[in-house]
Amino acid sequence: MAYALQQLINGVSLGMIYGLIAVGYTMVYGIIGMINFAHGDIFMIGAFIALTAMVMLVSGGLMEGPAAILLVLAISMTFTALYGWTVERIAYRPLRGSFRLAPLISAIGMSIVLQNFVQVSQGARVKPLEPQLPGGIELMREGTFVVQLSYMQMLIIVSTLTVLAIFTWLVTRTPLGRAMRACEQDRKMASLLGIDTDRTISLTFVIGASLAAVAGTLYLLRYGVIDFYIGFLAGVKAFTAAVLGGIGSLPGAVLGGLLIGLIETFWSAYFSVQYKDVAAFSILAITLIFMPTGLLGRQEVEKV
Amino acid sequence: MAFAAALRDAAKATAVAFGLFVVMVGLRTDVGPTGALFLRTRWPEVAMLCAAIFAARLAMGLWVMPRFMKAAGSSMSGPLARIGTFFGMGLLVVAVILPAIPGIERGQIDLAILVLTYIMLGWGLNIVVGLAGLLDLGYVAFYAVGAYSYALLAQYFGLSFWVCLPLAGILAAFWGILLGFPVLRLRGDYLAIVTLAFGEIIRIILLNWVDLTGGPNGISGIPRPTFFGLPFNMSGDPGTFAHFFGLEPSPTHRVVFLYYLILCLALLTNWVTIRIRRQPIGRAWEALREDEVACRALGINVTTTKLTAFALGAMFGGFAGAFFATRQAFISPESFTFIESAMILAIVVLGGLGSQLGVAVAAIVMIGGFELFRDLGEWRMLVFGAAMVVIMVLRPRGLVGSRTPTVALGRKRAIGAEFVGEGRG
Amino acid sequence: MSTTTTGILRVDALTMRFGGLLAVDAVSFEVPRGTITALIGPNGAGKTTVFNCITGFYRPTGGGVHLATHDGRDVVLNRLKDHNIARAGVARTFQNIRLFAGMTALENLLIAQHGPLHKATGFGIGALLGISGYKAAEAAAIDHAAGWLRAIGLLDRADDPAGSLPYGDQRRLEIARAMCTGPSLLCLDEPAAGLNPRESDDLAKLLLAIRDGTATSAAPTSILLIEHDMGIVMRISDHVVVLDHGRKIAEGRPAAIRQDPHVIAAYLGEAEEE
Repeated sequence: MAYALQQLINGVSLGMIYGLIAVGYTMVYGIIGMINFAHGDIFMIGAFIALTAMVMLVSGGLMEGPAAILLVLAISMTFTALYGWTVERIAYRPLRGSFRLAPLISAIGMSIVLQNFVQVSQGARVKPLEPQLPGGIELMREGTFVVQLSYMQMLIIVSTLTVLAIFTWLVTRTPLGRAMRACEQDRKMASLLGIDTDRTISLTFVIGASLAAVAGTLYLLRYGVIDFYIGFLAGVKAFTAAVLGGIGSLPGAVLGGLLIGLIETFWSAYFSVQYKDVAAFSILAITLIFMPTGLLGRQEVEKV
Repeated sequence: MAFAAALRDAAKATAVAFGLFVVMVGLRTDVGPTGALFLRTRWPEVAMLCAAIFAARLAMGLWVMPRFMKAAGSSMSGPLARIGTFFGMGLLVVAVILPAIPGIERGQIDLAILVLTYIMLGWGLNIVVGLAGLLDLGYVAFYAVGAYSYALLAQYFGLSFWVCLPLAGILAAFWGILLGFPVLRLRGDYLAIVTLAFGEIIRIILLNWVDLTGGPNGISGIPRPTFFGLPFNMSGDPGTFAHFFGLEPSPTHRVVFLYYLILCLALLTNWVTIRIRRQPIGRAWEALREDEVACRALGINVTTTKLTAFALGAMFGGFAGAFFATRQAFISPESFTFIESAMILAIVVLGGLGSQLGVAVAAIVMIGGFELFRDLGEWRMLVFGAAMVVIMVLRPRGLVGSRTPTVALGRKRAIGAEFVGEGRG
Repeated sequence: MSTTTTGILRVDALTMRFGGLLAVDAVSFEVPRGTITALIGPNGAGKTTVFNCITGFYRPTGGGVHLATHDGRDVVLNRLKDHNIARAGVARTFQNIRLFAGMTALENLLIAQHGPLHKATGFGIGALLGISGYKAAEAAAIDHAAGWLRAIGLLDRADDPAGSLPYGDQRRLEIARAMCTGPSLLCLDEPAAGLNPRESDDLAKLLLAIRDGTATSAAPTSILLIEHDMGIVMRISDHVVVLDHGRKIAEGRPAAIRQDPHVIAAYLGEAEEE
């Protein structure tokens, strides 16, 4: 029981990270109907920028503790957003309205570029970061097994919820959000109504990238080791989360992320760690086969 | 005015570049002797990169873009398509006599074998993506199935390459049907992502089923191919290839033999594809790519039609995998990662969907080019990825975007890319 | 005119529900053999839904669709998969033309003959090896296709991509493609939409020729069509079925339908709303 509870806590905190990345996939898919293959690598860049900022602040002795983490988060979001914007500008915008496979290939190309750029500029070795926020609250004790909610996990949950709240306000209550939803419905109509669709799409990438940066920062702080390759798996799993929740649906992306995080954690805890990725991929396949619109997605009726 | 605008544009690009590089290039974290991370600064590099971006962007604004715009206005319709047949025949002749060309050494034949393997994989995937319009991001799974089929059959049952080759193809086709059946009703990107998942699942299983596959250590000592029973070796003993033909034993024999083997396999793929395209089933694949709903209304069984494309593509992937295993004598899951699938798909898309010649040229350019840049070391993949983006942006329909009709009352005329569908399933 | 009492298609208490919306409510009618039957009604009357149920793109919630085949069997269409409906002898066209745009007109017509051709190849295997009677079968199929291209006046454009043809030609090519499947019932979804008066005239002639079997060597074929253009409906139809709000409100000869008070009310009602 205690073991299961601990897994639940771990699963939720992992799931929140997936959820944050998944929102980026879902937004981009919703607005331009493509899988942004490079999004996982944007997440990885976010983690690297956070790492650099963290080392600068802490080992430079400038700041530490929660204030440092907040500042790191802000730095990472800013610079990662710039990467999101650039990727869209270089690799996707010139191909808008073109052949469907072209943006996919150029996205895969972009993903290769980002990974190898980081490998070249930051090195291929894994980067360990000592825990920044050790300790936690003891929730329960069963024999020698202690159920702990670490401060780090609390930080993940609190910051994810905060970021998502701000983000939800942004897309539901602001003119930008309205413009985004209009582009999602019908881009041509939206532009006829005077919405700058290029700018709206750019902003979608910027927002998606900053959410991925939050996820990257939290991932770094939680696991303490990153390398240039973390983006691929995290990206595929987050995409799975987006699909599971129903692509195009923002609450769905978060829900999907939580489910994937929980499934992965419980699978590793009770069955086999080696096959945890198989679990995630199988769920992706099963969802798509039996429930192609996901949990909260819209039903699409084929018009003939 | 043009100069001021170009200058402003270049300044903007430089500002963006500065933002991109200031953290990721300017600051580098490294693991210190104590295991803790420390920072190094590299401001000169950032300055150089920004200067390079500024210069490049300015040059583009002033000279390249205006000229490119003019060129785009004139006809850009597939230069390859126009000289198609002659160019293809020329390539074929070069391919056939390649080992005999003076100055060609073992290393170059090895490279040619690699290129031909990718041409074959590209042609195999072209059936699925180019003709039937089904986006498959997990094609490498079938390559892996073929390679492991041969390796395991040879290891456990001592079967020879020539028995295993068809078996590897059949097994791969079987897996194609097995994986294809549940997912083929998915559309477009969803199909892509599920096939990606299947590719990864197969790789993870190969990685973790240590008892059968050797896990990350792979399988070594896979039997090399024989010349219809005559082994290649250096001993010159009776019963070897060299002895039988009265030749001086040489390691080149096997390489040349492997070269012709993959050439034949690739040509078989090409021959079957070209032939089947003129058959009702091939036409149905292309119709499926154009409009699936209309196909159903015409009484075409969409599921079996898709499955045949999937299975046939998988089969050629399986053949190529068996060849890969016998050539390397060693395989491990590392050879079958997603990046391989992406590479093969990139070859197909860059070549031009459905175009056999385009795929061959794309494979030569990409794989050959990739090997040429071996000296670039870790920069190589970076250049490779960037090239993928640039080629797509400049030629979204690939080298050959047009399509040749399969049948005509009069003379066959190429159909422009603007009409040809791209599939959504 | 060769109207007989036997129906080729019998729609029996067809009902279609989308969630809470009752789009088609127990509609029954027959398409008499050898006729052109028109299905008309104001916007939102459920015509397209009925049409999609007959051609297998929707599975009806209730009721049945029965087809009397060439050899006199009764086939329950709504139990078949959509491609088998086409094989049973129901061909259709689409409101938004769905040709294979990147393939030539001739190729479009050959794909429509996929079933028999595919069989002639020994399901792909025989022909790959160069055996079997595929060559002869393909030559016959090309002849058949050329016959239809002549009938629609597009023989000289046989090798042009379908996507490059003018709109009116595409409409006729789509009809020819449907006819190449050798149907016993041809279903047309607004065939005259977007045509100019002259093209409409050509279309009317083509449809009459298909009904009477004079367009090509093909046998006379019954036609079911949805159409908004009342001019063409009244001119060529032998039988008219009127739907409104998912129910059948009238059925009969065009002349009688024109006078029917329910029909007039339904159309005037729509006019008032607009």
